[in-house]
Amino acid sequence: MDGIHDMGGLQGFGRVPREAEGGPFHEAWEGRVHGLTYALFGQGMLNIDAFRHAIEKLPPRSYLELPYYAKWARAVEALMVAAGVLDPGEVEARLAGRSTPPTVVEPPEGSQPAGFLRNVADAPRFAPGDEVRVRNLHPSGHTRMPSYVREKRGTVVRAHGAYVLPDTNAHGRGECPEYVYAVRFSARELWGDAAEASAPVTVDLFDHYLAPA
Amino acid sequence: MPDEKPEHHHEHSEHELRAEALETLLTEKGLVTADAIDGIIRLFEEDIGPMNGAKVVARAWCDDGFRARLLDDATAAIGELDVTMLPEAPIVVVPNEPGVHNVVVCTLCSCYPSGLLGISPKWYKDPAYRSRVVREPRRVLSEMGLDLAPELEVRVWDSSAELRYMVLPARPEGCEDWDEARLAGLVTRDSMIGTALPRDPSEAT
Repeated sequence: MDGIHDMGGLQGFGRVPREAEGGPFHEAWEGRVHGLTYALFGQGMLNIDAFRHAIEKLPPRSYLELPYYAKWARAVEALMVAAGVLDPGEVEARLAGRSTPPTVVEPPEGSQPAGFLRNVADAPRFAPGDEVRVRNLHPSGHTRMPSYVREKRGTVVRAHGAYVLPDTNAHGRGECPEYVYAVRFSARELWGDAAEASAPVTVDLFDHYLAPA
Repeated sequence: MPDEKPEHHHEHSEHELRAEALETLLTEKGLVTADAIDGIIRLFEEDIGPMNGAKVVARAWCDDGFRARLLDDATAAIGELDVTMLPEAPIVVVPNEPGVHNVVVCTLCSCYPSGLLGISPKWYKDPAYRSRVVREPRRVLSEMGLDLAPELEVRVWDSSAELRYMVLPARPEGCEDWDEARLAGLVTRDSMIGTALPRDPSEAT
């Protein structure tokens, strides 16, 4: 989807904020959300692609204003509601002090194999050195094609193997593995006359995002 | 570090309460246990972090064979070392070399080699870094304190699939006779993201 999360090349966000070095989590609740989310991933209760898409689907204002781990918590909540584990409004009810009867939920068994690398029968379509063009795709769902490379021409610099396709996996439409290629774009191709000198960007792109140049 | 701006206190406590309610509900339903969550927090607070990446870099500086294996298949090469690494996405190591500086970003979310380097810094997830470093990397790095010579090529890597990029910084001059453990002390988190260089050996203890 063409959403606010797709930030590459946007202007107006100002300087990168500085921060003091410290522990990994700035506040204790952030660590708890991280732990909760990873525990759910570990049990097959969460799918990484659906999780990312749940964050992308937050209203744009919320996406920009919520702290990072609050977005994680919202995404976990939305996916648990979608899975029927939580009732809509159950978190609000608990916040308001109303308790809901605990219903024990059975975690699913072996929902997906581990990792994201998959074997596919076909040979990769492209090899390092091949010139490619990114297709003019505008899916309404999840995708990992950043908009700033759309319709741009680049060169394959690395073939990574085949991976679970986030575009389908996020929506429960299967793994549909595709080859992933690291494609390098010149700064001038991406940013025109405003480009900095000698500053190419390399982006990992799934096979169907690409066409031969 | 807690946020020092008082106007943010209310907002933070609201997020904290909501996260707590979510955790309590999912715990009551038997989906997670507090022990499992505690274990993951402890892993990231104690066992996983930039110190592990620093060991990898120091070994690569001392052992050309390891460096070659690291650049060929980083996940397998890192497995040779005694470091804790979560089996997440495969890691790809990109080397800084004469004429080339590398920097890593995730413009679409916050992908980061956290299985090796731990939790990413807050600025890595900030819209300013995500939006700008692909478009004006020299300017962003300069603002962050790293001025790159114009003749250097700056290669930006946008982590958009299930692969995680890590920069292999170049070994500084002035530490030729240092052992691996001492060298690892020069390697900072930011030098493995590419927004800084390793510490200057003459200023390191």
